[in-house]
Amino acid sequence: MKTTVPALAAAMLMAASPVMADLVVPNMSYRTGPYAANGIPYADGFADYFTLLNERDGGIGGQLIQVPECETAYNTEKGVECYESLKSQDPLVLNPLSTGITYQLIPKVSVDDIVLYTPGYGRTSAKNGEVFEWVFNAPANYWDGASVAVSHILDQEGGDLSGKKIALVYHNSAYGKEPIRTLQGLSEKHGFDLLEIPVDAPGQEQKSQWLQIRREKPDYVIMYAWGVMNQVAIQEAVNIRFPMDKFIGIWWSGSENDVTPAGAGADGYKSLTFHGVGQDYPLYDDLRTHVIDAGKAAGAGDQMGNVIYSRGVYAALVIAEAIAKAQELAGTPEIDGAQLRDGFEALEITPERMAELGLPDFGQPIALSCDNHGGAGLARIQQWDAGAGEWSLITDWIEPDAEILQPLIDEDSTAYAQEAGIEPRCN
Amino acid sequence: MIYREAGDFKTSYRSDGQTFPIRLDRWGYYAVLAVAFGVLPFVIDDYWANAVFVPFLIYAIAALGLNILTGYAGQVSLGTGGFMAVGAYAVYKLMTAFPDISVMIHILLAGGITAGVGVLFGLPSLRIKGFYLAVATLAAQFFLVWLFNKVPWFYNNSASGQITAPTRTVLDIAVTGPTATAPAKYLTCLVFVVALAWVARNLTRGTIGRKWMAIRDMDIAAEIIGVNPLAAKLSAFAVSSFFIGIAGALLFAVYLGAAEVGEAFGINKSFLVLFMIIIGGLGSIFGSFAGAAFLVLLPVLLKNTLVGGFGWPTDLAAHIELMVVGALIVTFLIVEPHGLARLWQLAKEKLRLWPFPH
Repeated sequence: MKTTVPALAAAMLMAASPVMADLVVPNMSYRTGPYAANGIPYADGFADYFTLLNERDGGIGGQLIQVPECETAYNTEKGVECYESLKSQDPLVLNPLSTGITYQLIPKVSVDDIVLYTPGYGRTSAKNGEVFEWVFNAPANYWDGASVAVSHILDQEGGDLSGKKIALVYHNSAYGKEPIRTLQGLSEKHGFDLLEIPVDAPGQEQKSQWLQIRREKPDYVIMYAWGVMNQVAIQEAVNIRFPMDKFIGIWWSGSENDVTPAGAGADGYKSLTFHGVGQDYPLYDDLRTHVIDAGKAAGAGDQMGNVIYSRGVYAALVIAEAIAKAQELAGTPEIDGAQLRDGFEALEITPERMAELGLPDFGQPIALSCDNHGGAGLARIQQWDAGAGEWSLITDWIEPDAEILQPLIDEDSTAYAQEAGIEPRCN
Repeated sequence: MIYREAGDFKTSYRSDGQTFPIRLDRWGYYAVLAVAFGVLPFVIDDYWANAVFVPFLIYAIAALGLNILTGYAGQVSLGTGGFMAVGAYAVYKLMTAFPDISVMIHILLAGGITAGVGVLFGLPSLRIKGFYLAVATLAAQFFLVWLFNKVPWFYNNSASGQITAPTRTVLDIAVTGPTATAPAKYLTCLVFVVALAWVARNLTRGTIGRKWMAIRDMDIAAEIIGVNPLAAKLSAFAVSSFFIGIAGALLFAVYLGAAEVGEAFGINKSFLVLFMIIIGGLGSIFGSFAGAAFLVLLPVLLKNTLVGGFGWPTDLAAHIELMVVGALIVTFLIVEPHGLARLWQLAKEKLRLWPFPH
C-alpha cells in the first residue's frame, strides 16, 4: 500500500499541471470549515474578476490569467500542502487570506521568488518594504484599522477619550493579537482604558466573554473576528443589548453574512472597510454580463454584491494592475515573480484609473514604492441597516495615526530583520 | 511458499529473539531502509517532502509516542497536542537562545523537556484510570495551549504570538528555515524516525515494556507480581512524551516553519494522533506507521485524485474527502477493530500457508 499510494498521487499530480504559457495567479481559498461563510464570497470575487479580464479583455497584456484554486480550510498544514502543489505551477503572486498561513509563507516566498499580496491582513510590519521584499499589504493593514476605529470613536466622543473604556474582542490567534500593541499605544496617548478579551478559535462559544462585557460595561467594543466568530459575537452583543452603534468591527467583521443571522437586532452595527459597498458600480454590470450571465461564475455565483465579494474583486484588481505595470516595466507580457515585485513597487492607482476600471470612488488612491509596501492605510466606516438589508458608508476616508504606527512598524520589522538575518534594501 | 520460516534455522537465542525472525521480513526491512536512505533523498522534491513524507514521518513519531502510552501501558491520553506544543515551544526557545548549538541537540532537549512535563501531567494516572484519566490529560491539553498563548516569554514577545523557526544548519546544510532543501528536511525526520522506532521496539520487548503491558492488562495483578506502578506509569508518560515532544519540535521547526499554538497544536491534533493509533493498531510499532500513513496520505491522495485528476470543485472535494476518510475509519473499526496492524499480521499468516491453506 505504501508504494502504490505515492505512485497514484504522483500520476494525479502530473495530470493537474496547467499550460505554462499563461500567467498563474492561484486562489488559495476556503470554502469549507468554520470560516467558509467569509471564505466563499472572497474566493468567488477573486476568481470572477480574473474571469472577467479573460473573457472581456483577453487577459492582461494579451496573456490569459490562470486561477487554479486550492482549498486551505484556513488550516496551516493544508496551506503548506497547497503552497507546495501550487509552487510547481510557477505562480506569480499568492493571496492566502489567512494571517497564519501568511506568517508561514513570508520566509518561503523570499526564497522561491513569489510575491505575497495580503490586502488588509497578514503581518502588519510587512509594510516596511526595506525588510519584506516580497510581501505587500496595501491598501490598509490591521494597525491602520485599529487606529482608524479609535479615530472614529474620538470623533463620536468629541475628541476626548480620557476615562472611557474600550474593549477589544479578538480571535485568539496571530490575526486577533496584531492590533493589541497599537491599541495599547493609543490608549496611552488618548487616556482610555483598554480591555482585552480573547475568544479561542473558531469562536462558537462566547457566552463568558459577553458576560464579562456586560459586567465591565465598556463604552465601545472593537472586534477582530472572522468566520463563525463574527455571527456569534454580533448575536451575543444583541443578546446583552449592547448598543450596536458603539460596536465596531474590523473590515473582516463586516459582511452581510455576519449580520443577517442576528436579524433586526444588528441594526446600526458598524464596521471598517477599505473599499466601497453595494453594487452601484459600472464594473458590476460587466461582471454580470461577461461572467455571471455567461455561467462562468466561480462557486454558486450568488455572492455578488456581498462586502467580502467586493473585497475579493478589489484584491484581484490590485494584482491585475500590478501585473499590467510589471508588463510595462519589463517590456514583455510574460513576466516572472521578480518583475511582478517591481510592478507592485511602481504601482500607482489613481481615482481616475479606478473610475476607468468601472469602480469610481470605490477605493483609496494607492501609490507604492520600494520602502512603502502598505500604502496610505485609509479606511471608512460602514453601518448596517437591517431594515433595508444593506451597508451604507457613514464617513469619508479616515487617516490612521502614523505617529503611533510608524515606530511600531519600524520596531517589529527590525526585530524580524535581525531574527532572519535580512539586510535592509532600497538604499 | 516463499514467505515462510521453514529452513531458516536459528542457532542462538539472540537470533531466535530478533525483531524479524522470517528472512523475507528481514530483507524487506533492509530494503525499505535502503530505499529510504539511499534512493529517496536523491529523487525527492519539495512537494513530496513537504506534503507527503515529512508530515508522515513526524506523525509516525507522534503515533509511536502515544502508542507507548496508550497501546502498551494502557493510559488513555488526550494531551498529545499540548505535549507537541511543549516540544515546539521548547525547541523555539532553545534555537533562539542558543543559536550556536546544533539544532539536533535542541530537538533532543525539547523531547527531554516534554518528558518532564509529561511526567508532571502523568501524576494523576497513579490515582485515576480510564475515562477519568483521559479527562485529566484533556486538562493538560487546554492548559498548555492557554499557557503558550498567554505568556509572551514563550513566543519572545512577538506582536502576533507566532513563533518562526530561524535557519539552523547541520554539517553546513540548512535543515530548518526557508532555505532548507527537501532532502535535508526529509533526512532529518527520517533519522529521528528510524532511531526512535528502534528505541521503541527494543523498549517494548524488554523488561520495561513488559511492565507497561502488565500494568495495561491488570494493574492489581501486576503490582502483586512485583511491578512498581509508580515507576511503570511515570516511565511510560516520560518516554511517550519524549517521542511526542520530538514530533512537536520537528513539526514546528522542520515542517511548518512557523506556528501558532491554538491552530497547530489544538485538541484536533490530539484526536488525530489518537485516531492514528486506533486505526493503525494499539500496541504495535508497525501500527503506528500504518495509522500515520493512513491519516496523512489518504487526504492528500483524495485531494489530488478528485481536484487534480477529475477536476472537481475544491469545496466538493474537501467535503467528499471528510466523508470518505470518516467512512473508511468506521469501516475499518467494524471489519478489524485491532487496526491495520492486525490486518497486516493476518495477511502474513495467510501468506505463510499459501498456496496450501488448511
